[in-house]
Amino acid sequence: MAGWAHHLIIAPVVLPLVAGALLAVYDERRQFLKGLINLFSTLANLTIAILLLQAADADSPGVYLLGNWPAPFGIVLVLDRLSAMMILLTAVLATASLIFSMARWHTVGHHFHTLFLFLIMGVNGAFLTGDLFNLFVFFEVMLASSYGLLLHGSGPRRVQASLHYVVVNLTASFFFLVGVALIYGVTGTLNMADLATRIPALAGENRILLEVGAAILAMALLVKAAMWPLGFWLLSAYPAAAPPVAAIFAILSKVGLYVLLRGRPLLFGSEAGEAAGYGATLLFAGGLATIAFGVVGVLASQAMTRIASFSLMISSGTVLAAIGLSDAQVTGGALFYLASSTLTISAFFLLIELIERGQNPGADLIAVTAEAMGAAPDEEDATSEGGMGFPGTLAILGACFVACALLLIGLPPLSGFVAKLALLAALFAPAGEGATAGISAANWAFIVLLLLSGIATLMTLSRVGIRAFWAPVDAVVPRVLAVEVAPVAALLLLTLVLAVKGGTVMQYMEETARSVLTPSSYIEDVLSAPRVPPAKAGLQ
Amino acid sequence: MALLLAVSIGILAGSGVWLLLRPRTYQVVIGLSLCALAVNLFIFSMGRLRSGAPPVLASTTGTLADYADPVPQALVLTAIVIGFATTALLLVVLLAARGFSGTDHVDGQER
Repeated sequence: MAGWAHHLIIAPVVLPLVAGALLAVYDERRQFLKGLINLFSTLANLTIAILLLQAADADSPGVYLLGNWPAPFGIVLVLDRLSAMMILLTAVLATASLIFSMARWHTVGHHFHTLFLFLIMGVNGAFLTGDLFNLFVFFEVMLASSYGLLLHGSGPRRVQASLHYVVVNLTASFFFLVGVALIYGVTGTLNMADLATRIPALAGENRILLEVGAAILAMALLVKAAMWPLGFWLLSAYPAAAPPVAAIFAILSKVGLYVLLRGRPLLFGSEAGEAAGYGATLLFAGGLATIAFGVVGVLASQAMTRIASFSLMISSGTVLAAIGLSDAQVTGGALFYLASSTLTISAFFLLIELIERGQNPGADLIAVTAEAMGAAPDEEDATSEGGMGFPGTLAILGACFVACALLLIGLPPLSGFVAKLALLAALFAPAGEGATAGISAANWAFIVLLLLSGIATLMTLSRVGIRAFWAPVDAVVPRVLAVEVAPVAALLLLTLVLAVKGGTVMQYMEETARSVLTPSSYIEDVLSAPRVPPAKAGLQ
Repeated sequence: MALLLAVSIGILAGSGVWLLLRPRTYQVVIGLSLCALAVNLFIFSMGRLRSGAPPVLASTTGTLADYADPVPQALVLTAIVIGFATTALLLVVLLAARGFSGTDHVDGQER
């Protein structure tokens, strides 16, 4: 990238910041105007994300030196395949949930659009930054706006969930700070590329201190990624959030995963000397435990929002376990899975609200209890009176639900299948050429859990689907606007595109995995990033 | 000085964690503030303990060893600001929760 295009790297941070600040000065009564401005900047962000993805795919990492300071001293933003992909994913989710919220949700509280844009800014910044302390700052920007967004719509349940969410995340932030401080104390740098070059030289107690620091830092990230047993906060927070907020929150847990994915090979890759491979086993085991917990949770859940939250944990666990294996093939599959599952769960959170609209809250809980008690369904309410929506509503919602279910289970023809297939194929393939050792026990455990999670999701979703779409005699057709169905359908269509274009996408993911796991070019590019030559004298 | 600092960080963090695990929201807020103090001191100490050394270059003579490490000082400033802002936000949430549930138990109900 050269010329003005180089400045595009910082656009995903600056654009939402400026737009969000602008929206803060508008009166709450001009909600429609605010929505339009937000929509405009979110679409611009999406365009930029696509441009960045193309640039990242064509080129080596783009490094943006803020203030023109050379890399280990100044702040850097780094754009490579992984960060470009995550930014695009964020932009897609943001567009979908914003359009969804414009139907009615954005009016139920104050400053929705400002907080929304700041959240996008924080997430984008975390994906782009090249040093640990800015990661903390962007993390906090993201978290602070997520506190506000979780409270959006208010009500006892949201406030209660927010209280827990804020306390858990503040505590996690302390871990983050202690970890960053320890790493700085030992190595004297916070730039991730610079860290990677200094770690091999560390020995003895310094190395142990560094590992302790990294472990404490990872605690904060794992809380965010909801690894068992650090992820229980997710189960009260996400179901309580307003649906468009929950849909965009689907990317938040991926931020923790992203940092682990990026940081572990950089700090403890194969060139890290004695520290190489630190924490891999723990991440793998933690990932498996998270999947197992998610499987049990999915089976035990009644409410759809809880099923979605547990599915999110399963997807986190899968990616975590893949990070722990640090194998290029597996990581490539996991990246595909990450993209596919994030889109799915986001769509699912939006869809749930549409399906459950019109049902009284807790209806599904009562239905199950009634079934269990063997009670006959009410005969009196058979006269249908809720036929106000457009005719095919239930059919469309049902089709979307089936698509979500296929994606979560991992059945063809959508991308969930491709993702799981890629993961399983990578796990079954013996490591390295000519290896005759067969498949290791760890891989077997991963494979079994992955398949079990599919079966559990299948059972639960068919139960829930039957209850929501087939069982009700006097089905209340929810009043749904086209603008609300459109983003859900668009997200699901995107997964279809992912599946159809599977070969191309998978190739990109594998390239990404390779460059992430062998970060030597990343390190070199960051540390040797050319400064902009000083302006010619006489221009003053 | 090192011992004094270590002991104060320990006491602050210990009391902070204990308060954090208490059931009243007010205790949780104070616990978080104490933890924040401990963490800030910890970050500061990571720049090595020096007294009377300026963090900013004053002249071109002398060696860098005459100066304190400025980075942890900048970090701690950022951490203080962010911690302050989020604690303020938490107080608002706390008041809202108190208003909705009528109790200051963290779970919104006694027992």
